Amino acid sequence: MTAPSIASDSRVGSTRGRSRGGSGRSVLPGVRLTLGFTIAYLTVLVIVPLSTLFARTARLGWSGFWDAATAPRALAAYTLSVGTSVVAAVVNGVFGLLVAWVLTRYRFTGRAIADALVDLPFALPTAVAGVALTTLYSQNGLIGALFAPHGIKIAFTPLGIAVALTFIGLPFVVRSVQPVLETLPKEIEEAAATLGADRWQTFRRVILPALTPALVAGMSLSFARAIGEYGSVVFISGNMPGRTEIAPLLIMSKLEQYDYGGATAIAVVMLLTSAVILVSAGLIQRRAARRAA
Amino acid sequence: MATTIVPGARQHGLPPGPRTQVHTAAATNESALARRALIGVALAYLFVFLGLPLYVVFQEAFRRGLAAYAAAISEPELLHALRLTLLVAAIAVPLNVLFGIAAAWAITKGRVRGRTLLIALADLPLAVSPVIAGLTFMLLFGMQGWFGPWLRAHDIRIAFTVTAVVLATIFVTLPFVARELIPLMEEQGVTEEEAAVTLGASGWQIFRRVTAPNIRWGLLYGIVLCNARAMGEFGAVSVVSGRIRGQTTTLPLHIEILYNEYDFTAAFAASSLLALLAVVTLAAKHLLERSHHAARARIIQEQEEKGS
Repeated sequence: MTAPSIASDSRVGSTRGRSRGGSGRSVLPGVRLTLGFTIAYLTVLVIVPLSTLFARTARLGWSGFWDAATAPRALAAYTLSVGTSVVAAVVNGVFGLLVAWVLTRYRFTGRAIADALVDLPFALPTAVAGVALTTLYSQNGLIGALFAPHGIKIAFTPLGIAVALTFIGLPFVVRSVQPVLETLPKEIEEAAATLGADRWQTFRRVILPALTPALVAGMSLSFARAIGEYGSVVFISGNMPGRTEIAPLLIMSKLEQYDYGGATAIAVVMLLTSAVILVSAGLIQRRAARRAA
Repeated sequence: MATTIVPGARQHGLPPGPRTQVHTAAATNESALARRALIGVALAYLFVFLGLPLYVVFQEAFRRGLAAYAAAISEPELLHALRLTLLVAAIAVPLNVLFGIAAAWAITKGRVRGRTLLIALADLPLAVSPVIAGLTFMLLFGMQGWFGPWLRAHDIRIAFTVTAVVLATIFVTLPFVARELIPLMEEQGVTEEEAAVTLGASGWQIFRRVTAPNIRWGLLYGIVLCNARAMGEFGAVSVVSGRIRGQTTTLPLHIEILYNEYDFTAAFAASSLLALLAVVTLAAKHLLERSHHAARARIIQEQEEKGS
């Protein structure tokens, strides 16, 4: 873990600035080979497959694309996808911030386990998450049974979809906010306290603005992940067209009917939606960062 | 030796970053009551949203007892799915390791132009829905796809075969190793490697003796994440596999089949294997994070010392 690296003696007299910012060509061997391999690999596995989407859309023509992309069933799917993903991102924003705060600011037994557990949604295959959540939230499941007597159904309703999307988006906010909270200088909180702010005012006026860029980044990642999620939702949603059918599920059912054009049109709309969200989140972040500075 | 070791700050698995001193001033701390309430709510949230789903997998798997569980996980179809999952990961992970190392080398050591574009392209699969990833491969190799007619003329099948499952898995797991190695190798700079060149080392020697020891923890960390995703991928694989039972069904797809047949014990028994993988992944990730971040902190500190 702390073993010194082999060549550390030979670095005397060089500086980081030169090594990073230098504009001269590298003298290291293998650059051409690795660059060629990288470009070939990305072309075959990323560029060519993704370009098929645009080629297929072009073949549909504008009216064909418009008809497939704006069919009532498609519109219902977008609305549901965006709505449940927004709910999940907001829930994760609130509770992710709380979890990040507790994990960085307090010391308590079980903290290390709680911290490791946060990444579970990254590590647990989505199909497993899907069957587990469906079992928990169905009417006779551990959690579903608590709500069923009050007439609240969770599994097989939009509420269940939101639960699954909250689960898979949970790590994003925590892992975005945590490093910022750690490096936040304690002095600004002390200064606020000296000026007479109580703890809540300090949090709202001093800490929260500093965290906003990271919070927005985490929430938009959670949203982007949620909008494309399939595995954890397919079991809990019930897949009723127009009611609990999210956009990825609609693509799937179009594919099962060999309607590749229709599937592509919806895929393009979804990709554009997440692109818009990620770009505007970037803008919000930059503005928040400027204001906090 | 120029190497300095970060003093004991990172021994408790704390995430990276400069640690602030523990302050006792009441003005910058919450009251004990508020603190306890916040910890309580956060832990309750984590327990309900993360702990219970994990628990329910094992509870359901063992509901009918150990014998039923043992029978379920030794079913030939499940074993076939498990073997296929291992095979797919055994192909996809090494290829993406090779790609990750090559991309990181070219981008960070080669100072190539267009690096921002290369990094964005390598990250792109993370931003694409798995279902859309699967769709793109069907648009390439399916009957109506770009290569569809040609493949049919030559009697080659890719769609709905293991080949397609492997390709889709490579696509979705492509970013994991590269995105760990690129920032790490960027921080290390090229001076060590350049010194090795002047001493007459070959490219492979430089990588093995100079670069590899510096990146091993980051590399291992990327491999763990890449492998977890490769073994667990569902959406993309679901599209391209055609879900041909006993042929193209990986473990996650087999879970879906069993679940839809209301064979819950078997579905959760299969799930328990993947849940176990997730637990091992989390433990490995947690342990590697320490070494990975300590190695990284050491590099940053070295660079700062030389810079000042």
